[in-house]
Amino acid sequence: MTRHHALSAVEVDGASKHFRLRHTHSLKERLVWTVQGRNRTDDFTALHPLDLTITQGESVALLGRNGSGKSTLLKLMAGVMAPDTGEVRVRGRLAGLLEVGAGFHPDLTGRENVHLNASILGLERETIEERFEDIAAFADIGPFLDTQVRFYSSGMFLRLAFAVAVHTEPDVFLVDEILAVGDEAFRAKCLERIELLAAQGRTLVVVSHDLPLVERLCSRGIVLEHGHAVADGPVSTAVHRMRAAG
Amino acid sequence: MMTPAPLVVQGRGDGMRDVVRRRYLLSLLVRKELRVRYRASLLGLGWSYVKPAVQFGVYFVGLGLLLRQNAIGDYAVYLFGGLVVMTAFSEAVGNATRSVVVNGDLVRKIYLPRELFPVSSLFVSAVHLGPQLLVLLVGAIVAGWRPDPVGLLALVLGLLLTAMLALGLGLLLAAVNVFFRDVENLVDLVLMVLVWASPVLYSWQRVADLVGRDSAWLTAYQANPLTVAVELVHRGTWAHASPGNAAATPPGLLGYTVLAFGIAAALLVVGQLTFRRLSGRFAQEL
Repeated sequence: MTRHHALSAVEVDGASKHFRLRHTHSLKERLVWTVQGRNRTDDFTALHPLDLTITQGESVALLGRNGSGKSTLLKLMAGVMAPDTGEVRVRGRLAGLLEVGAGFHPDLTGRENVHLNASILGLERETIEERFEDIAAFADIGPFLDTQVRFYSSGMFLRLAFAVAVHTEPDVFLVDEILAVGDEAFRAKCLERIELLAAQGRTLVVVSHDLPLVERLCSRGIVLEHGHAVADGPVSTAVHRMRAAG
Repeated sequence: MMTPAPLVVQGRGDGMRDVVRRRYLLSLLVRKELRVRYRASLLGLGWSYVKPAVQFGVYFVGLGLLLRQNAIGDYAVYLFGGLVVMTAFSEAVGNATRSVVVNGDLVRKIYLPRELFPVSSLFVSAVHLGPQLLVLLVGAIVAGWRPDPVGLLALVLGLLLTAMLALGLGLLLAAVNVFFRDVENLVDLVLMVLVWASPVLYSWQRVADLVGRDSAWLTAYQANPLTVAVELVHRGTWAHASPGNAAATPPGLLGYTVLAFGIAAALLVVGQLTFRRLSGRFAQEL
């Protein structure tokens, strides 16, 4: 075994994911489709067996067109789905932001949602209480904190959701397209915060179609095509490849 | 720096241990559930008194007075004791079955131990059970019950048994319901029938009279773990409310209790194993 001077943060070990798309759900549909001689299912491999190691402190971009398997890979890393073959191993606390505000409930107040969401992302009660002021200050939504989230504007909603996410200070941070939204000033604030997390030696895995953003945040780029990793190297090379492919 | 954290395999939860570890999250999920259920409702949690009260009234008048089941001594306590078990069980199992599908948004986007959903359904029904239990105890005391150690133990065991059965079934059904939504309809159907399959509205002797005291049917009826839970609660409260009641406690309850706990434990293991096995595929099926 080779020894690394830095520990791995994420190890993808022969992980693959395969979906069976069912066209028929009820018995009646099944019968009709069978009689008509149509295929009731379509097989689709989202991710072919993949090996990948991300070391601690690395910031990695997953690039590729829609349907190339990058979101599937991110979901496997987050543990939202289990791979069909192989394993994905992660060291330390992981926060997967596959969507901003997932886990926010419209009937709860902003304050309650902060507690719920931070807890879902793995924070202990004491830590949440400790960081609550910081989160509130970062979101900067003033008196709306004690209003039900259903009455928030979409901007306010995003601010609060971002605020919680960036304050969870995970060891491994997975980000899927979340920076595509929000107003310019707030977006800059979020980017700064994420850069700070990276500077603190935390591991970052980003899925984004925003190439300039990816170049700014990441040092390593992995390009996926049809569920295969076709390039893995410095982010500039990967971005260049994406630009060339149009 | 501290010793480095170990590598953890993703997407493979630790089952119930995860739930224990994430108690705070569990408490938040339970609170969320209650808040959402009673949002914009004037009566709020008061509904958890009203529904059982109406149900109790209907059965008490319909079965007790009209169909003369009140030949059972302290019928009100007898009836309510059984209904408390049935209501809590039905609510827990019904909601647990839907819990993963209802929280599909969360399941698809963030990882959290999925067992938390059925477990929080169980806790929500426990919150609703609280006030009913209080009413039952007060009712039993008014009827003449003085708490006896064996009775209290029976009561606690009856409730524990109900919780174990509900959780085991809840885990199993919640997982299967993700793949076949028919399950939730089927569960509603079975829950509707269930109140008649245990001595809640009538006494077990009626069944004995019907099928014969030595019949295997009677054994099957009494081996139903939910029947055992109901009889344990009867033993805990109703049996000592009036002198004549204790004689109506079914013989061999202790043996059936041991059997029922065995069944409940097996159900928990099967439920947990099935849930864990299927949970890796929840996100893609929802």
